[in-house]
Amino acid sequence: MATRAGDVLGTLLMRESLDHCVKCTICETFCPVSNVTPLFPGPKYTGPQAERFRIGDEPSPDASLDYCSGCGICTQVCPQGVHIAEINTQARAALKATNGVPLRDRLLARPTLAGRLGTPAAPVVNWSLRNRMLRLAVEKAIGIHHRAPMPRFAGRTFQRWARQHTTPAAERRVAFFHGCGTNYYEPRLGEMTVALLEHNGIAVDVPKQDCCGLPLQSNGLFDDARSYVHRLAERLAPFARSGVDIVGTSTSCTLMLKREAIEILELGDDRALRDVSERVFDVCEYLLALHERGELKTDFQPLPETVTYHAPCQQQGHGIGKPAIALMALIPGLTVIESDATCCGVAGTYGLKREKYDIAMKVGAGLFRQVAENESDLAVCDSETCRWQIEHATGVKTVHPVEMLFRASGLT
Amino acid sequence: MSHHDVIVVGTGLAGLTAAVRIAESGARVLVVAKGIGATHLSAGTIDVLGYSPERVERPGDALATLLAERPGHPYAHVGVEGVGAALDWFGARVADGPLAPYAYAGGLEENLLLPTAVGVPRPSALVPVTMAGGDLRDGTPVCVVGFRALKDFHPALLADGLERSGVGVTARAVELDLVPEARADVNSLGFARAFDDPAFRGQVVAQVAARGLGADERVAFPAVLGIADPHGAWAALEHGLGRRVFEVPTLPPSVPGMRLFATLREALHRAGGDVLLNNVVVGAERDGARLRALRVRVGLREQRRGAEWVVLATGGFASGGLELDSRWAARETALGLPLTGVPAAGEERFRPGYFDAHPIARAGVAVDHELRPLDAGGERVFENVLVAGATLAGAEPWKEGSGDGLSLATGHRAAELVLAASSTTTAAPAAAAGG
Repeated sequence: MATRAGDVLGTLLMRESLDHCVKCTICETFCPVSNVTPLFPGPKYTGPQAERFRIGDEPSPDASLDYCSGCGICTQVCPQGVHIAEINTQARAALKATNGVPLRDRLLARPTLAGRLGTPAAPVVNWSLRNRMLRLAVEKAIGIHHRAPMPRFAGRTFQRWARQHTTPAAERRVAFFHGCGTNYYEPRLGEMTVALLEHNGIAVDVPKQDCCGLPLQSNGLFDDARSYVHRLAERLAPFARSGVDIVGTSTSCTLMLKREAIEILELGDDRALRDVSERVFDVCEYLLALHERGELKTDFQPLPETVTYHAPCQQQGHGIGKPAIALMALIPGLTVIESDATCCGVAGTYGLKREKYDIAMKVGAGLFRQVAENESDLAVCDSETCRWQIEHATGVKTVHPVEMLFRASGLT
Repeated sequence: MSHHDVIVVGTGLAGLTAAVRIAESGARVLVVAKGIGATHLSAGTIDVLGYSPERVERPGDALATLLAERPGHPYAHVGVEGVGAALDWFGARVADGPLAPYAYAGGLEENLLLPTAVGVPRPSALVPVTMAGGDLRDGTPVCVVGFRALKDFHPALLADGLERSGVGVTARAVELDLVPEARADVNSLGFARAFDDPAFRGQVVAQVAARGLGADERVAFPAVLGIADPHGAWAALEHGLGRRVFEVPTLPPSVPGMRLFATLREALHRAGGDVLLNNVVVGAERDGARLRALRVRVGLREQRRGAEWVVLATGGFASGGLELDSRWAARETALGLPLTGVPAAGEERFRPGYFDAHPIARAGVAVDHELRPLDAGGERVFENVLVAGATLAGAEPWKEGSGDGLSLATGHRAAELVLAASSTTTAAPAAAAGG
């Protein structure tokens, strides 16, 4: 890369950017949350406007900020380069520091902990998570909505599979950052990703890894988030430093490593994170770059299916367009209908919370309608929590784009 | 490095017009931009030429005169016929677009004279049919309906301004207390969503009717009559009230501007073009006389994006396409193209009155008749870069009432030039897209 992260950081300082706000209200027109509920007055109001009243250690003037889902669309559409979502995430952390973080948010923010506890007891936990009475009790006790889409524990971890897997020797190597979702809930996605990369002549290392800290960051637990992301960066940095690209299937977690932890948690001085940041890629971004260089195997088998593709907000935060669409266009027979909905509503852990579940379902209503109207065999989406939300709302099986490429490559 | 037939820089009216027009020919088009463009802030009308310098009644005729007198004006690169073609093209996109039967009315023949939100008559060439009924050349009295909850639209101000404006139209104001979704703070988009709902339209009709309308009155509303189904909302009000109904543009967010954006965005999508936001062009790689690749800042990284052609439509000073720094140095921000019309050191840049003719106002990128940027010596800076919209030197859109017309016409012209030039070379976009 021609530009080092630090070189441009000076122009990107989050809070400084609010001075560029001209109150054009474009962010407000795109905000998926304020468009469906009066409880969130919109990104301009809680961001560049309210920020002027947040002074030093004084209490935050506005609690409605908690209803921002953190989808980041406001930052994407801002014509003046104001980092609205980042400012709001930082302000939420300050609000939480004053008001406290409920037990529920502390639990939801630690997928590794849940994964470690839930995996050995998967059958019991999975049953409990689908038992209405127990879920009502959980909702009453800690405020996780009883209908919220909780994933199923796989009962095994991807890490365990990876330790027993020997990747064939190859000139090109990548390190696979699989994230917590793949490790505890969707290990099969990890196996498919490894197989697809190997199929394309790439050796895959699977470093030992933990949570990137994104759910902690979203829930305002910045100190914990910093230690998580630092620990992860230390594990991944040796690969980055030896010129190995780091490829991830969880698009929100790769975004965390790419820029959010540096921008929102202000970790620009973390050497390991900076090195990792420059080498991390969303898996579809990586595969499309391979294709642009003529290095992707494209002798795909036909998949005579119709799928609806939804690009999740965090994937859009990469600023790389929709590489999954370009990749799936290479599969003969596959009809991909691109959803024009902006957000599925869940935004990580937001839509799981008792007071926000209905809002999240309203936010995603347009997407859910499209998935149903398209009579899709499958829905396709790059983010795990969004997949679970779409499946929950539509009953249509929702997969990562890698799964389509895996199947079309004739892999099993 | 990605490679496209054409990269358009900017998502405003000029950029989207160029992108859609080229993508429809089959070329592989990518739009990159910092964020969403100025369409959301525009009135949604296409004002071609409102003042030159007196109020213009027949824009086609006035354009011909302007071009003869000011060969450096951006319209001179398009010509009267070219402007007409751009308007026709745009009108067809709306008529065939996702909001149909919502459509535009007008053309170069005559300007309509529409009231602004403060009751000032504004000459517009091409306007949404939902606004056309407000033409003040027709003396029908106006009843202005507003909503107390819509803070940025005051019916009494509009009615009063209209009476003072000297167009000979009488006006009065009615204010309703309807609040959509029981919100404490509701903007024009909130009202527009409410107007998509037939039940809300019914409530409005009932309340306005209860206040009474004169037999000869027409009814003005803020331009919030629906975002998904504007024609349906407008027609339902005309039917329900039994009067001519028209919209008056509001302060941002501008619902008609959002409809315009949605129309062009959908047209681009249908034509297979992509838009990448938060992609800030910070420079270019040169290959002789040609631009080979754009240097684009994406997050904390810089990426290269190759293209056969680049259309630069990043806007003027207001949009950040041009910048004037605290040391009074002006620059074009994406490619560092040379500027013309910038007052020299020590010369006056601004005049005291807001609406004065500010010397800095005509600053911008100088181009030849094929919209290629020129340096101070009159040489092309890049053979394969075209410039459109408010980045161009030589116009004063806010004085001329020409901003949307200039963006549409130069964006359309840039597309025509790219298509013509590439059809004569081996790297024809259509051929490349098929390969």
